[in-house]
Amino acid sequence: MGMEDITGRPAPRSKRLTPLVWAQRNLFSSVSNTILTLVSAYLLWLTIPPVLDFTIFSAVWTGTTREACLAPGAGMCWPFIWANIDQFIYGRYPPEEIWRVNLTFALGAAVIIPMLIPGLPARRLNLVFLLIVYPLVAIVLLAGDRPGLRPVPTSEWGGLLVTLVVAVTGIVASLPLGVLLALGRRSNMPAIRMLCIIFIEFWRGVPLITVLFMASVMLPLFLPEGMNPDNLLRVLVGVALFSSAYMAEVIRGGLQAIPAGQYEAARALGLTYWQAMGQVVLPQALRHVIPGIVNTFIGLFKDTTLVLIVGIFDLLGQVRAQLSDPNWTLPQGALTGYIFAALVFWAFCFGMSRYSTFMERRLDTTRER
Amino acid sequence: MKNPAVALVIGILIGVGGLYFFLPYDPLARVERPAASTATAEDGERAVAGDTLRRVRQRGFIQCGVSQGLPGFSSPDERGRWSGIDADFCRALSGAIFGNPNQVRFRPLSAKDRFTALQSGEIDILSRNTTWTMSRDTQLGFNFVGVTYYDGQSFMVRKAAGIETTADLAGATICTETGTTTELNLADYFRGRRLSYRVLSFEKNDEAIVAYDRGRCDAYTTDASGLYAMRLKLADPDANAILSEIISKEPLGPAVRQGDPQWEDIARWTLNALLEAEELGITSENLDEMLESDNPRMKRLLGREGAYGSTVGLNNDWAANAIRAVGNYGEMFERNVGKNTPLGIARGQNALWTEGGLQYAAPVR
Repeated sequence: MGMEDITGRPAPRSKRLTPLVWAQRNLFSSVSNTILTLVSAYLLWLTIPPVLDFTIFSAVWTGTTREACLAPGAGMCWPFIWANIDQFIYGRYPPEEIWRVNLTFALGAAVIIPMLIPGLPARRLNLVFLLIVYPLVAIVLLAGDRPGLRPVPTSEWGGLLVTLVVAVTGIVASLPLGVLLALGRRSNMPAIRMLCIIFIEFWRGVPLITVLFMASVMLPLFLPEGMNPDNLLRVLVGVALFSSAYMAEVIRGGLQAIPAGQYEAARALGLTYWQAMGQVVLPQALRHVIPGIVNTFIGLFKDTTLVLIVGIFDLLGQVRAQLSDPNWTLPQGALTGYIFAALVFWAFCFGMSRYSTFMERRLDTTRER
Repeated sequence: MKNPAVALVIGILIGVGGLYFFLPYDPLARVERPAASTATAEDGERAVAGDTLRRVRQRGFIQCGVSQGLPGFSSPDERGRWSGIDADFCRALSGAIFGNPNQVRFRPLSAKDRFTALQSGEIDILSRNTTWTMSRDTQLGFNFVGVTYYDGQSFMVRKAAGIETTADLAGATICTETGTTTELNLADYFRGRRLSYRVLSFEKNDEAIVAYDRGRCDAYTTDASGLYAMRLKLADPDANAILSEIISKEPLGPAVRQGDPQWEDIARWTLNALLEAEELGITSENLDEMLESDNPRMKRLLGREGAYGSTVGLNNDWAANAIRAVGNYGEMFERNVGKNTPLGIARGQNALWTEGGLQYAAPVR
């Protein structure tokens, strides 16, 4: 029974995970797994090399004209991207006023990044700034309706600028509206409940394209003469209402998961309805549905491309417009443009997705998933 | 604030409210003009001659409706500058009215939006590869002011296939886009001649051209100007030829709203002036020499004799300014779609009548 002295023994044999052992355990552990591995490897072999070849190895990286990309077998035409990059980011925004867009982007980054890093001080101040001061500053800077700034009509905005304006407005507006709608739908007051249900079911029931068309084509007919809100603004309102309906249902899912006892206990402690919701129920409910919320955000971000049909040029629309320039018409032009647009969209969406994973881990200190 | 949720909700509501309230403030000021013009356009009796010119002058620029991107006609370049025949026509108009080509704002419009935009007064002129047809002229309340480009449907084939005329296309598979007049013209033409053919239709022209390039069809058909642009998207453009036969008539031209004859005249005569200049050999380069010429036709056109500009409310050097802005019609053609551009379109039907083409301007006198 005594302790055995193991110091004299030889080391146990190869429990270490060499790549070979790892492969055997994970890829070739059984006949069916081996077949799956081989099939997957074959599919990867079919798809990955041509994609890499097109975008990197046979891509054209330097040059200033379309002739540079005309070589036989040439892949993605990066000079097309570099030459048009200003159009892709700012659209038809006047070139001499582009500093205003850059300043707006920089201010936005300066406000949002500290918000995203947990544990930094003055977050409430920051939130107020982000939600109230920043939108106003951004509007004045971009539209320029104050003395000293040249007005730039929204019809001249375009590219990534429009994509971000639409997406950020939709995201910022849809979360609070969604919370209110979700609470309203679970309310005991029948009038409020009915209103919220009607609102949610209406906006969820119509396609976004219809909403955009209604906003830009039909709405002016209903409004009194002379009241002619800006086209982009109409689209922004449409997108915000549309996404808040989706958001409401996601948040309601979270609210359903919180036992009624939580709310009852909070009320028993003397908290008001809003205190109970704000301090007890919502913090738990929202934490449950982070993946769903971010899912809606990502969907919204990608849906912004639909604004092209009402004559607003977002990033994708601008890419298409630049493809029609005869000085850059190329056999691989469309593919180049779409791959570039896909990369930009992917970068934003992947960023959101990673951040949500980070937040989930951070908030979820008690349970391991 | 003790309660963060309340603070959050209030903050956000104020933020959203601010957005809603502030954004229209500035844009509204700009949209008011079109709104005012809608009123005049709808008020048939009150659509006074000279109204459009007055508003354009007041505003300081022409609102020019163009396409969302058609190579050679209207497409944005790397700096966002619109180029193409349609865009240049608006610059010529700006030259005639303001004396310089830059007082134009381009408004890209989809095929669906274009007519509403003109009707509602959002744009002053629609210069967007629009075919002049009777119904558009009579029912939609527009007037076409002339033809900037005689287009027509044609075919692109592989040179190696040995197809020389449309008769050789018997039994061929032809790629095209769905739901366009292109498809209907094709049916009309082949049935009329009792030729058999098969159609392969695609939703987008990019898909159709890829199918053609991969050999799924023997020919690709669309308007001839479009064929030249699509040919650039082929792997080997030079191995493909565009048939010289044209199977439909597509006269493309600028259109204006009905009810303002003065504005219509300005647009019509600006186009005529560009054509007349080519016929007389006036270019943007030799314009200053030509101003000294003794040729009475030149003197009338360039405003040295008579007062033709004032008859449409412009200065008498209106035509000279339009030519200075974009050159004569031939220069405009060659710069945007001609032999030395990637499109490489020959003048063909768009040559002057003196060269065997169809472009014929009424004289300035």
